[in-house]
Amino acid sequence: MQGSPSDTAKAGSRRSLDQLLRGQRGVVARVTGAGAIQQRLLEMGVCRGAEVSVVRFAPLGDPMVVQVRGSYLTMRKSEAALVELEPGA
Amino acid sequence: MIKALALVGNPNVGKTAVFNDLTGLSHSTGNYPGVTVERKHGELREHGIDAEIVDMPGAYSLAARSPDEMIVADILLNQVPHEHPVIGLVVVVDASNLERNLYFVSQLLELGKPIIIALNMMDVAARLGVIIDLEALSREIGAPVVPLCAHIGKGVDALLREIRRMVEGHIPPAQPVCRFPECLSKAVDSLTADLEQFKTTLGRTVPRAEAFRVLVDEEGYAEERLVRTLGEQCANLIRARRREAQSGEITLAATEARERYRWAEEVTRRTLRLPSERPVTGSDRLDDVLTHRVLGTLCFLGIMMLVFQSIYSGALPAMHAVEAMVGWVGTAVGGTLPSGMLRSLVVDGIIGGVGSVVVFLPQILLLSLFIAILEDCGYMARAAFLMDKIMSWCGLSGQSFIPMLSCFACAVPGITATRVIHNQRDRFATILVAPLMSCSARLLVYTVMIAALIPERRFLGGIIGLQGLTLFCAYILGIAVTGPAAWIFKRTIFRGQKSPFIMEMPSYKMPQPRSVIRKLYREGREFLVRAGTLIFSVAVIVWALAYFPHSATIEEEFEVQRAETMAHMPEGPERDKALQEIDHKEAGAHLRNSFLGRLGRMVEPVFRPMGWDWRIATAVIASFPAREVFIATLATILNLEYEDDSAYQVLSQRLKAVERSDGEKLFNIPVGLSIIVFFALCCQCAATLFVIRRETAQWRWSILTFSYMTTLAYLGALITYQGFTLLGL
Repeated sequence: MQGSPSDTAKAGSRRSLDQLLRGQRGVVARVTGAGAIQQRLLEMGVCRGAEVSVVRFAPLGDPMVVQVRGSYLTMRKSEAALVELEPGA
Repeated sequence: MIKALALVGNPNVGKTAVFNDLTGLSHSTGNYPGVTVERKHGELREHGIDAEIVDMPGAYSLAARSPDEMIVADILLNQVPHEHPVIGLVVVVDASNLERNLYFVSQLLELGKPIIIALNMMDVAARLGVIIDLEALSREIGAPVVPLCAHIGKGVDALLREIRRMVEGHIPPAQPVCRFPECLSKAVDSLTADLEQFKTTLGRTVPRAEAFRVLVDEEGYAEERLVRTLGEQCANLIRARRREAQSGEITLAATEARERYRWAEEVTRRTLRLPSERPVTGSDRLDDVLTHRVLGTLCFLGIMMLVFQSIYSGALPAMHAVEAMVGWVGTAVGGTLPSGMLRSLVVDGIIGGVGSVVVFLPQILLLSLFIAILEDCGYMARAAFLMDKIMSWCGLSGQSFIPMLSCFACAVPGITATRVIHNQRDRFATILVAPLMSCSARLLVYTVMIAALIPERRFLGGIIGLQGLTLFCAYILGIAVTGPAAWIFKRTIFRGQKSPFIMEMPSYKMPQPRSVIRKLYREGREFLVRAGTLIFSVAVIVWALAYFPHSATIEEEFEVQRAETMAHMPEGPERDKALQEIDHKEAGAHLRNSFLGRLGRMVEPVFRPMGWDWRIATAVIASFPAREVFIATLATILNLEYEDDSAYQVLSQRLKAVERSDGEKLFNIPVGLSIIVFFALCCQCAATLFVIRRETAQWRWSILTFSYMTTLAYLGALITYQGFTLLGL
């Protein structure tokens, strides 16, 4: 399940959404953190099992545009860093 | 009791178009009390339906984090006093983006009210190759589904039929569709029961849907509001129930999202046929250019130049026309009145006061026009995306950029434009620093002072001139102070959880002329009514201070002079000039003797450390309603001729010659520079302060802005004068 102890142990080696390059895809494993930012990501559909892909980065490298569930979202890299991806997806 | 229906939905789903289709022209707008969230409602009587429909701000979730979302949550839970209770919901859903929209729908289904789904943007969905089984969708959601293309009015009749059925009570309340883990459901039930004991203190019962939000949204709006009234006992209760609700390690918010999206995925799988690959739309191709690293930045700069140029110089002809009109009306009306107090009150006080309000309208309307178009077509989100990194250096977000840029023309429309900023704390911080941008009213003060005092020297083979450099520095000063000021505000008064910059990038749309015009009309009327009356009052008060006590002795003295001139000089231009001179001297004598002049003398010691005398002090006080008044007042008090702003070069030459009482020159380079610095940093603009009050709904932000900017201006002017004096200039 999401956030089980074995997952947490592996978390260090996991990729997060901000590490993807333009055009790369991934599947969300979990959204870490708490509070407004985590909740907003979840509400916008960035939750476990959702497929995400990086559409582009802003001219200064941050923020980024992510495609999820058929819509485009902008988020800062610091926010995308909360989104852990399934390994090897 | 009027039956109210709420029109709800995510942002960018065409909710406003649906609202306009339903209500036509018969709707009115206002604000919810105490907040600047717009309240729009309209009658359905022309369709034979006895109900009003309220257009709610767009929201993604009932988990309220912004004032907009708080209003939505409050109204849907019937928690707003004096609002008619909502008997049913019309939920606008974007057919081309069904899955994400269903998240909010699943929350709305738990409110226990009848619901109609207005499935909008059917044409966009069709273009994307999406095929929707409407009957199956209606079955899955448990509510009637009406397909719509609201922007061309297609499907509105069917929607009205369903609305009539709802008002007549033929649509049963919606049923919850998501199943949450048992521990969460149980904890919500327990909390709902717990909160019953506070019924008398609260004056209402807390419905289950609200208890759900209290439990799940840690430190959210619903919890905070309950705890504020009920105190620590309630906070402990909530914490205890929250521990019971937890299953495993994931947060309650994650549990909620997982279950709701599980349902949304299920429904879309059963009712939707998607093409295997999402086709590339025109909107995507446009984005390839408009958010491109190089091309996008260039386009952005071009668009900003256009916006800025048009509010900066495009509004000028209209503003000159307003000024000319005011002058003409003043002369025409003044001619019919005998000279004396009444004429001065009508011409300088009232007509001048009205002029000082109306003169802002061209800029406000132009900027509102641009913002309405940029917002409606979807570019605003791109602009925020492109500028976010730069603005984040001082703790703001990309959404602050356009309002701040607009302030270089005028802070009044700029502050109104901060409504595009979603986050409340970012918005208030932007409002507080926005008046630091050098607006066009300061330019007059800068030009006169520079022309009078800064020698024209050229460097680097004539490319850079000293005068131009000084002007440049005056502009840079405001920007240089803004960064640190915003940074400090964000870390002190507006400290708090970092605000998310997670926004939807809507697809591009053609702006609707009707909705743009409506926005402009509203903006203009709002400004005239809400801020205009106050700006007008201040103009009249300052007029009175400068007019009274209007001594008869001075009047007689100058009458004698006039009579002498008339008697001794032959008729002709010579005599006219002499008479004019006497007029200027009389105006100066009255002003020096007025309450304003006395006030200036009283505060002179405060300004002496920056080399100013009481006459400059008086002009500064007189310029409280608007900075540009400084120059005109200075001219009057120094007995100098000053017809209008185009005559500033003549004035500049004369200023150089003015002497202090001790025979020294009043204006030297340090004094000139200290005046420039003072005006660069001060908030001598009643209009700005009233607009801040209007936009924040509280006087304290106006007071704070005025106090901190005046302090900065004073210290800045002091340091400038003392520094340059030490340098021996």
